[in-house]
Amino acid sequence: MDILVCVKHVPETAEADIKIDSTGKTIEKAGLVFDINEWDDYAVEEAVRIKEKLGGTVTVITVGSEDANSTLRKCLARGADKAIRLSDPKFEGSDSYAIAKILHKAIKDLPFDLIFTGAQAGDDGYAMVGPILAQLLGIPHATMVKKIELKNGVARVNRELEGGLEEIVEVKLPAVLTIQTGINEPRYVSIMGIRKAMKKEIKVLGMTELGLSENEVGEAGSWIKIEKLYVPPVEKQAEFLDGTPEEIAAKIAEILKARGLV
Amino acid sequence: MKEIFILAEHRRGEIRDITFEMLTKGKELAEKTNMELAVVLLGKDVKEHAKTLSQHAKKVLLIEDEKLENFNSESYQKVLSHLIKERKPLLTLIGHTSFGMDLAPSLAASLNIPLATDCIDLEIEDSALMVTRQMYGGKVNVKARLRQAESYLVTVRQATFPAEKASMNGEIIEIPSPLSEEAANKRFIEYVLPPPGGVDITAAEVLVGIGRGIKDESNLPLVEDLAKALGGVLACSRPIVDKGWLPNDRQVGTSGKTVKPKLYIALGISGAFQHVLGMKNSDLIIAVNKDPNAPIFSVADYGIVEDLFKIVPSLKDKIYELKAGKA
Ligand SMILES: Cc1cc2nc3c(=O)[nH]c(=O)nc-3n(C[C@H](O)[C@H](O)[C@H](O)COP(=O)(O)OP(=O)(O)OC[C@H]3O[C@@H](n4cnc5c(N)ncnc54)[C@H](O)[C@@H]3O)c2cc1C
Repeated sequence: MDILVCVKHVPETAEADIKIDSTGKTIEKAGLVFDINEWDDYAVEEAVRIKEKLGGTVTVITVGSEDANSTLRKCLARGADKAIRLSDPKFEGSDSYAIAKILHKAIKDLPFDLIFTGAQAGDDGYAMVGPILAQLLGIPHATMVKKIELKNGVARVNRELEGGLEEIVEVKLPAVLTIQTGINEPRYVSIMGIRKAMKKEIKVLGMTELGLSENEVGEAGSWIKIEKLYVPPVEKQAEFLDGTPEEIAAKIAEILKARGLV
Repeated sequence: MKEIFILAEHRRGEIRDITFEMLTKGKELAEKTNMELAVVLLGKDVKEHAKTLSQHAKKVLLIEDEKLENFNSESYQKVLSHLIKERKPLLTLIGHTSFGMDLAPSLAASLNIPLATDCIDLEIEDSALMVTRQMYGGKVNVKARLRQAESYLVTVRQATFPAEKASMNGEIIEIPSPLSEEAANKRFIEYVLPPPGGVDITAAEVLVGIGRGIKDESNLPLVEDLAKALGGVLACSRPIVDKGWLPNDRQVGTSGKTVKPKLYIALGISGAFQHVLGMKNSDLIIAVNKDPNAPIFSVADYGIVEDLFKIVPSLKDKIYELKAGKA
């Protein structure tokens, strides 16, 4: 089973202070810690588990600048065999559609049985790359996958629906599956493992090698053009309680008491 | 007259709420731009749904086919691309749900029409389409413009618009199914219901919800003690279930449970919309988060910007003090 996994190097923003930059079209990246997209982490783990069971190879692919090498190395340390980075200054401003087109050019001549992507990326949350890539390749897809069984050229998968419900669908291989968190428990990657992965080659391909033209990528090749970023207007603002932890605890206790909750 | 399509979403005999929410926005857009609103309904034996929907829009475009009994993105894509090519709606709205996320991107790519997903608002200016969406877990809003085109596709976030109330007497237009055979590459097998039993968090009056801020499984007893002091139950955000720290019947949110307790205390939860949709209708929401900009503070009644590990023990003690004082 040869599996390609598309991964994205994203900033961790759950706890970070986010500032919109002077162009108003993106955020200030300096000072943010970047890592593999949470969903992709599960996708890589799933691919490696299948390889360990059935044999074959795992290749990770990203569209990104040199910074993204650390994410690729993490995947190599986790058990991926090869890493490819698609990079060109002209890719700047690409939306998910343009990214899918770039990935498609790199992937169409590679041998594969399965392609995994994360169900979505934690930064822009479009959830588009996987199924668009499938369409460009002319192969089926299933999104938000929480369980995979492979047999006789078919993937039988559980897709997550709403409210705890799942559905089982079968797709013919080759296929694109977008992986949902919780499908497995990604293994711990040791520093030693990452160090070893430092020695592995990362293949880098640019626009000309991929046979892409300027109007297929970047803003020109995208569906979506960002006009401005802004801080969400507050519809309802919490009343903030402050003081020492004891004082705060006392205030909460008063509120609960007044409402008959204690 | 140009049309705006709303793709009806239904599952296991029920029309899903997102359909009526999209109708609210669709109606507003259609009135403003002088277009006609049409609900597109695909399925098998869904005339009852068609009747219901005809009370919400001028037209219901109904395509019935055995092969459309269960949602299958491959068959749905075929039918919709046929319909979009034929009628050229300016805009098609689909829910940003497990259904729409499986369908919209490949449909858009196959027709090469621009798509924006997970939108919380949209406007038509002349024939250009502007959308509002969120990034970075809801910390930033984005206004974006779609590439100029004859037809656009948008997926809409759940529970963003109020549900439309029945006010019309629309026409049901039956359209023959363009499908000649079953989907060749994708097959629906069956639904899997969540296992019964366990704790029913939807019945609890007090929920202590924990998120990734809890950091480690070894910290669970601390929050369990607080829940106990309050006579409540532990609930959680998705990462806690993904890590296997709590069973999935404790998960609050779109892919978990929708809860409405008298009190919801959110500890170390950022407030991603998938979580918020499951708890925002709680009577009283108190959130503790180190990050003053965490989106959870825009749904909470009271906010505490502090380390949860400082607040939780003090709060537990205070609750017991109060209870002792009462006795
Ligand atoms: C299709 C789909 C369905 C989903 N369904 C659900 C769902 O049903 N339910 C759900 O919850 N999520 C769901 N998600 C995931 C969701 O998008 C978020 O990833 C998730 O809700 C984040 O959980 P969190 O807030 O616990 O973690 P994070 O976003 O990582 O937030 C952790 C928070 O803890 C705070 N914190 C850290 N340390 C401390 C401390 N010591 N004291 C105080 N605060 C601290 C941080 O400031 C941060 O705000 C879904 C995603 C997808 C794609």
